[in-house]
Amino acid sequence: MSIAWYLVVSALIFCIGAGGVLVRRNPLVILLCLELMLNATNLALIAFARMHGNSDGQIFALIVMVVAACEVTVGLGLIVAIFRRRLPIDVDELRELQG
Amino acid sequence: MITTTWAWLVLLFPLLGATVNGLGYKRLGRGGAGAIGTAAIGLAFACAVGALISLQGHDAEHRALVSSLWDYAVTGDSGVDAKLSILVDPLSVYMMLVVTGVSTLIHLYSVSYMSGDHGYSRYFAYLNFFVFSMLVLVLGGNFLMLIVGWAFVGAASYLLISFWYRRGTATRAGIKAFVINVVGDVGLVLGTFFILRHSGTLDFLGTFRAVEGGAFAGHQGSLTAGCLLLLVGAFAKSAQIPLHTWLPDAMEGPTPVSSLIHAATMVTAGVYLIARMYPLFEQAPAAADTAAIVGCVTLLIAGTIALTMTDIKRVIAYSTMSQIGYMIMAVGAGGYVAGLFHLMTHAFFKALLFMAAGSIIGAMAGGQSLEKMSGFRRAMPFTFGCFVVGGLALSGVPPFSGFFSKDEILAFVGSRGGWFDALYVLGYVGAFLTAVYTFRMIFRAFLGEPCAEARELEHGHLAHAEVPTNPANGEVEDTDVGFPGPEHTIAERALPMKVAMSLLAFGATFAGLLQIPFVDSVITRFLEPTFAESKYIHADPSDGLITFGLIVGTVIALSGIALAYRIWVLKPGSAAAWRERFKPAYTLFVNKWWFDELIDLLVVRPFAAFGNFSRRTFERVVVEGTLVDGTTSIVRAGSSAVRAIQTGFLRYYAALLLLGGAAVVLYFLIAAS
Repeated sequence: MSIAWYLVVSALIFCIGAGGVLVRRNPLVILLCLELMLNATNLALIAFARMHGNSDGQIFALIVMVVAACEVTVGLGLIVAIFRRRLPIDVDELRELQG
Repeated sequence: MITTTWAWLVLLFPLLGATVNGLGYKRLGRGGAGAIGTAAIGLAFACAVGALISLQGHDAEHRALVSSLWDYAVTGDSGVDAKLSILVDPLSVYMMLVVTGVSTLIHLYSVSYMSGDHGYSRYFAYLNFFVFSMLVLVLGGNFLMLIVGWAFVGAASYLLISFWYRRGTATRAGIKAFVINVVGDVGLVLGTFFILRHSGTLDFLGTFRAVEGGAFAGHQGSLTAGCLLLLVGAFAKSAQIPLHTWLPDAMEGPTPVSSLIHAATMVTAGVYLIARMYPLFEQAPAAADTAAIVGCVTLLIAGTIALTMTDIKRVIAYSTMSQIGYMIMAVGAGGYVAGLFHLMTHAFFKALLFMAAGSIIGAMAGGQSLEKMSGFRRAMPFTFGCFVVGGLALSGVPPFSGFFSKDEILAFVGSRGGWFDALYVLGYVGAFLTAVYTFRMIFRAFLGEPCAEARELEHGHLAHAEVPTNPANGEVEDTDVGFPGPEHTIAERALPMKVAMSLLAFGATFAGLLQIPFVDSVITRFLEPTFAESKYIHADPSDGLITFGLIVGTVIALSGIALAYRIWVLKPGSAAAWRERFKPAYTLFVNKWWFDELIDLLVVRPFAAFGNFSRRTFERVVVEGTLVDGTTSIVRAGSSAVRAIQTGFLRYYAALLLLGGAAVVLYFLIAAS
């Protein structure tokens, strides 16, 4: 099977993720969409690893998973903190940090 | 112990004293500071005596010992050999003995004299630091140490002149002294550079060897320029014309400070410098002649100004300038031993005169004007005796010390012949002036109708100012700290002052007996190893000249005293008639030959105008307006433009990131295809 199919699927998932990050306002959903984007890259990496026949891409995908786990921890922590302070669960409302 | 170890100990004790007094002033209390300060200098003096005895144990040819503790920077070929080294030879041991000896007595005097002052511990810390600096100056074995000591004594002098820092006059005088001394420091550093360039070493002995070995053959200009620049340093430190205006103002400091720094030790550093550098000056006769002429001019001008001053300390200050003029003239002409002999006797009698003046100032409750003093003879017999002994030594009346030393200088200058004869004659004119102004001071302060303070003192009441005022301008003192304190002390009532003054009076009377023409020559024999290479060391004046000088010196001193007696005792009030008769001269002298105004016009005003111009145009317009403000306004404009992007919407940031990433990917795709 051609590698192109894997890449098409990967790009599709990446775009769905990116679109979600850009348009959704709920931070939890944004976090989910970020996970989609990361996994799309993972798919592409594994596909390339398969193509080249070595394990570099796979190792890199593993690292991406570690980073994703960390990122989720931080992101969920932030969401819990927002919730605890009774702030609106809406990223457009949380925009005090501006020039 | 070997000789150099003694010398290092001489340096160590004052440094320890300054450190302990400077850091421990809260714990020590008043008694401790004075005791530690005095003991430190006393121990230094004891070690200096140890160094002297140890040095005399060496052969005459091996009496120049160098000891180096460590190297700061030694570069092989370029000639910089900066070491922490000292040179112990008869000259430095001689200076060491004079400095520590007089300093010990002045510390002892200060224990009582400064007892009413709030800054007692600070005073002793400064004074010990000064002694340490002065010892670094005289012991330093290379130009680097000399420059360090030179700058340190300048700093110590500044600190002590401005000691009573609530007095505006004192702080201004301190700044003036410091600025003029820095001019001298610059001269010294530049002179060192001129010499280092051809000698290739900073070490004194190495430099002298290089000079004798012909390092300056074909570079005579460099040597003369270097020596003239060294003279700038010497003139600034030793208050020679035209860099002398700071010394009279330096009388704003406490009287023991005037006695130690501005009479006995620091101001003679210039004499030491020329004597130390004699191999250079003998190769650069133009510079040596300049020194002799400037010394002669200074001794005359200072003598004339001293005739008209009414502030007792300023009279003695001008007298100091005049006496240092003699010394500079002597060492400039090649009479190193004569100059250094006068340095020692002058240290004794001038320190004594200042101490006695301090005692009278105490009796006047801080007043310094001769106009107000009179008739203290019966009220203060001890001070009167000391003042007369000091005055007789200063005037050069036999057998007091100043007679022999001054006469040796003048006899040597006279023996040089040629145009030195002019200096010889002018030196005697100066001696006449010395006798007149010294006894003018004595007769006005001690004889005549007793003033109110003197009458009170005869009944046992020391004058006490209700409201302390600054004697210089009559301003009421700011009596928090940093002012002389409400209490005053006189020698009659303080044992330490009496002891110090008695010992100095002994020195002022008998120090001259060390070197009597035709009888003995202790100083010459002691200093001979240092000046062995000098071409003037055996150029002794003829017997006839010496005998003539002894007679003329006596006659001139006595006639000066007689004139002063006639004007101020026999016919009181006749001074006014003299002022009228010589009105132009009087105006010139009382305005101090307008040197302050001249320097103000030639140096201070142009510099101030240039500074103001720079501030108004360059600083305000170019630096502040264009460079500083320009930079900030560019940054501000740029940042306000960029700031608009920071909307706070997370989605914008994410979109920008994505767009940016996509753009990079596109670029690489296009670039690859």
